[in-house]
Amino acid sequence: MTNPSTRPAAPQATQSEDIVLRTENVSVYYGAFEAVRNVYLDIPKNKVVAFIGPSGCGKSTLLRCYNRLNDLIPSARVTGKIAYQNNDLYDPKVDPVEVRRRIGMVFQRPNPFPKSIYENIAFGARVNGYKGDMDELVERSLRSAALWDETKDKLKQSGLALSGGQQQRLCIARTIAIEPEVILMDEPCSALDPISTLRVEDLMHELKQRFTIIIVTHNMQQASRVADYTGFFNAEAAEGGSRFGYLVEYEKTESVFNAPREKSTQDYVSGRFG
Amino acid sequence: MTSQTIAKSETLIESSQKFNPVRLVDQIFYWLTVATALGVGFILLWIAWSLLSIAFPAIVKFNIGFLFSTSWNPVNDAFGALPQIAGTIISAIIALLFAVPLGVGVAVFLSENFLPTKVQTPLGLLVELLAAVPSVVYGMWGIFVFVPFILPFLQGIHRVFGWIPLFSTPPSTRQMFTTAMVLAIMILPTIIAISRDSLLSVAPELRQGAYGLGATRWETLTRVLVPSALSGIIGSVMLALGRALGETMAAAMLIGNANRINISLFAPASTISAMIANQFGEASGLQKSALFYQALILMVMTLIVNMLAEVIVNRFQQVE
Repeated sequence: MTNPSTRPAAPQATQSEDIVLRTENVSVYYGAFEAVRNVYLDIPKNKVVAFIGPSGCGKSTLLRCYNRLNDLIPSARVTGKIAYQNNDLYDPKVDPVEVRRRIGMVFQRPNPFPKSIYENIAFGARVNGYKGDMDELVERSLRSAALWDETKDKLKQSGLALSGGQQQRLCIARTIAIEPEVILMDEPCSALDPISTLRVEDLMHELKQRFTIIIVTHNMQQASRVADYTGFFNAEAAEGGSRFGYLVEYEKTESVFNAPREKSTQDYVSGRFG
Repeated sequence: MTSQTIAKSETLIESSQKFNPVRLVDQIFYWLTVATALGVGFILLWIAWSLLSIAFPAIVKFNIGFLFSTSWNPVNDAFGALPQIAGTIISAIIALLFAVPLGVGVAVFLSENFLPTKVQTPLGLLVELLAAVPSVVYGMWGIFVFVPFILPFLQGIHRVFGWIPLFSTPPSTRQMFTTAMVLAIMILPTIIAISRDSLLSVAPELRQGAYGLGATRWETLTRVLVPSALSGIIGSVMLALGRALGETMAAAMLIGNANRINISLFAPASTISAMIANQFGEASGLQKSALFYQALILMVMTLIVNMLAEVIVNRFQQVE
């Protein structure tokens, strides 16, 4: 894809799928700086989609468009269209708080609240108006995040007393607790050791039965292990000398890693990049 | 120091033992810091000892009853501190009642991006300038501007709510309530500045985490940001309380220095610091002793507040 501003052919693979999020010609700007340019990309339901690419290619930026977290940055601006259930996420009538209740997020660094394990999970449920049995929800969410056995005897302890890997699974548990349709994961394992990373990856395989997952990762093995589809992003120098990110190719994970269409993808996945 | 490189022939011990001016500076610097640190401790002990020794005759004569006596009669050598203790505590508490909600509110407002940076930064600077106003200026402003301005409102409160004992006397020009309001303005910058800093230092990841779970700004603020910054906020309130308890000039100018306890907040009253400021000039003998006894009580009060602040801040930090 030498000219990223033209519309790429839709990946054959996703055409027959049930699409949750449609990304049409999306560009993101921070002030005058263009971070991502003209992305077309569809996210199929109950699949894991990985975004890979070098630093500064805009994968995290794009990810944060899906739950409108870029709204927190005053200078950020999104053009194009992101459709969720046939609604434009950026329609002025859409409340970003409602978006985030349906599209949850797990962050790069584990960020449990300085509250007990129990309250960490109850928080999201409460702000979403959950009226059911909170004890039951906490247990169910911790079980789904494969954290119940380690924490069932210390639910009243601070979430910050857990190890890094446990904290990240707690953050996944509290996201599961609000029952979103999509879970965004921004390099969720980059601060974790290899054992914790494998546990989180195992978890993702289970979670995709119920949720659609989009994961940004720098770890190509991780993408090949967990993702059904992979999008490779790259950065290119713009006219003014600053760099913008764009989607190079988006295919089934096996094709991206074994038979990429683009040379830059081939170079990146084989480690010959930059 | 020479630029000579290490001589290969020297052993480690030889070169360690050789005279080196830099090592000497290191030693001098060490002892200098020890001396200054000890000096600070010494000054505190000296002050405490002076208070105790000069107050000693009054302590012996009045004992613990001093705390509960309302008399202040230099002619009969009968002294007590109850009106001052009560006035000090009540004025500080009323000041906190005004300043804490206002101060924390302003801190939240200034720590969130409600306003463009161009407005927010000067506004924060103005708040910090409030702390730079000398207390005598607050006192003068209170007497000549604030009290005349607020008095009609207080008269209105007295007319409507006069049946409540707290507002039962006609508002005097020198009184507890207006003093407490000026104290509140004085301690506001302390609360705002420290609370704002601790709100700003809450990790941005927590804020994003809360928003990412679908929390509104209000929910993020009240359930995540403020609880996370609570140790700093409580610390700021305790520091402010310490300042309100000890504040002298504005209280002495505004409170009326009446040596009695009145249930009505609109009546003149007294505080320990105002009492001392008014009387130290002509005090001698047992009266001087009694003033030092009052000073000792004030010091113990502020000491307790400061220790409580330490304990509370530590406890909340452990939870985090």
